[in-house]
Amino acid sequence: MRSAPRSVVAVGAVLAVSLVGCSSSKKATGGTAGRSGSSSSNITGTIAVSAASSLTESFNTLAKQFEAAHPGVTVKLNFGASSDLAQQINSGAPADVFASASPKNMKQVIDAKGANSSTNFVKNVLEIAVPPSNPAGISAIADLAKPGVKLALCQPQVPCGTVAAQVFANAKVTVKPVTLEQDVKSTLTKVELDEVDAGVVYVTDVRSAGTKVTGIVIPDAVNASTEYPIASLTKAPNAAGAQAFVAYVLSAAGQQVLASAGFEKP
Amino acid sequence: MRRERRLRHRGIPVLLAVPALIGFGFLFVPLLALLIRAPWHGLAGLLSKSDVLTALRLSLECATAATALSLVFGVPLAWVLARSPGRIVRLLRALVTVPLVLPPVVGGVALLLALGRNGIVGRYLDSWFGITLPFTTAGVIVAETFVAMPFLIVTVEGALRSADQGLEEAASTLGASRITVFRRVTLPLIAPSLLAGSVLCWARALGEFGATITFAGNYPGTTQTMPLKVYNALQTDPEEAIALSLVLLVVAIGVLAGLRDRWLYSGTGAPEPS
Repeated sequence: MRSAPRSVVAVGAVLAVSLVGCSSSKKATGGTAGRSGSSSSNITGTIAVSAASSLTESFNTLAKQFEAAHPGVTVKLNFGASSDLAQQINSGAPADVFASASPKNMKQVIDAKGANSSTNFVKNVLEIAVPPSNPAGISAIADLAKPGVKLALCQPQVPCGTVAAQVFANAKVTVKPVTLEQDVKSTLTKVELDEVDAGVVYVTDVRSAGTKVTGIVIPDAVNASTEYPIASLTKAPNAAGAQAFVAYVLSAAGQQVLASAGFEKP
Repeated sequence: MRRERRLRHRGIPVLLAVPALIGFGFLFVPLLALLIRAPWHGLAGLLSKSDVLTALRLSLECATAATALSLVFGVPLAWVLARSPGRIVRLLRALVTVPLVLPPVVGGVALLLALGRNGIVGRYLDSWFGITLPFTTAGVIVAETFVAMPFLIVTVEGALRSADQGLEEAASTLGASRITVFRRVTLPLIAPSLLAGSVLCWARALGEFGATITFAGNYPGTTQTMPLKVYNALQTDPEEAIALSLVLLVVAIGVLAGLRDRWLYSGTGAPEPS
């Protein structure tokens, strides 16, 4: 791509887009990549991105920047638990890009031939989130096992739940949570609402919540991380748009947005 | 009845038959898909897993408790709404039906704000009595009652309004106290609707998802009811999700069969759409 002359790339992209336009209008998937060739940039229409809920803030920013750089393009974001999104994609949800919070859920999509390959674009570690008043006086991971402490975790099939289980195993702490939430954002919300004494979420979630929660760092010795893979999907209604968006996430500009949200390099 | 028969003689116009058929297919095909894709061979194994049985038992218990609560508080409320004149009562009646049309998740958020540890009522429950409802089985029952009770109220109130008040007046004239009239005359009069309303209420409570997962959370054994389990299973084991859905479908059909008999053979059973 890098060495190819610009005009060739442009012709190729226009061809790809018009092909996508044809196939999607035939299938009538609604609103995706309909206006082939009407935009001045080489990608058009809507790009549907299914992203892990921990990516909410950074992908909203990325989508806005991408739309600004490509007038006429709309990035439609669908956030949820990676396990849920993988299930949706494998059941035929019309998505162009999948950004998962765990290689496991990406593998489910690749195994089902939903994507050919993926690229890890960030890494995230966990942190304990407590309400600002810290009603249970949590100061370390061992405090979470105290009786009477109301703890919210992600359910085990969701990446943040898997990684949390790893952290507790590393720390040799056995906890009894009061709830296993569907995704990391709903775990965080329970802490923000002060309904639980603590929740285990990603560092990036604590940062995005601002003053609404207080973060308690988990020592590196016991902390665990998860890699985030991204892929354009084989059945993408807007294949050209999908590739452009993935490239943008992997670009220096995209990585800077993610780094400022607290994500680490993979 | 006569009009119906006349229509049948003329046949169904194509203009109605086609959308009707599409409508029926739309409602029926998903249920059919559930039956076709069900893992019939492993069904017994899937359904006898202990966590499935736990979720099923929790669902049945909570739905029954929610129905009981709805009867205790909903029937008197229906009576007040049906028998009191005035603009305030009309307003109350409208308010009571709000949970009926409210998205259940919104109901769950509202419950958290009211009865959560920091809620406007919940903080006193916590500090005075040490009661916290979220993330407990009691919280599941509260969420289900909130969503399901209006079904009972609307059904019973409709029956109360159409019931023959002459009988109640006769009983009063003969010296029965108001509470005796309610117990010995009114309740038997509306019994079919009471049953229909309870069944509707129970079925709605059994299927409750949004308010439960928002207010009571999701933990196996304490708050994870069947619909929550179906949703969770879909992420890891779709076959199990289908098997669980099948159980809920069977329960729903059973409820419907029971209701249909009520509505067919009892005069005052169904609430009249006014």
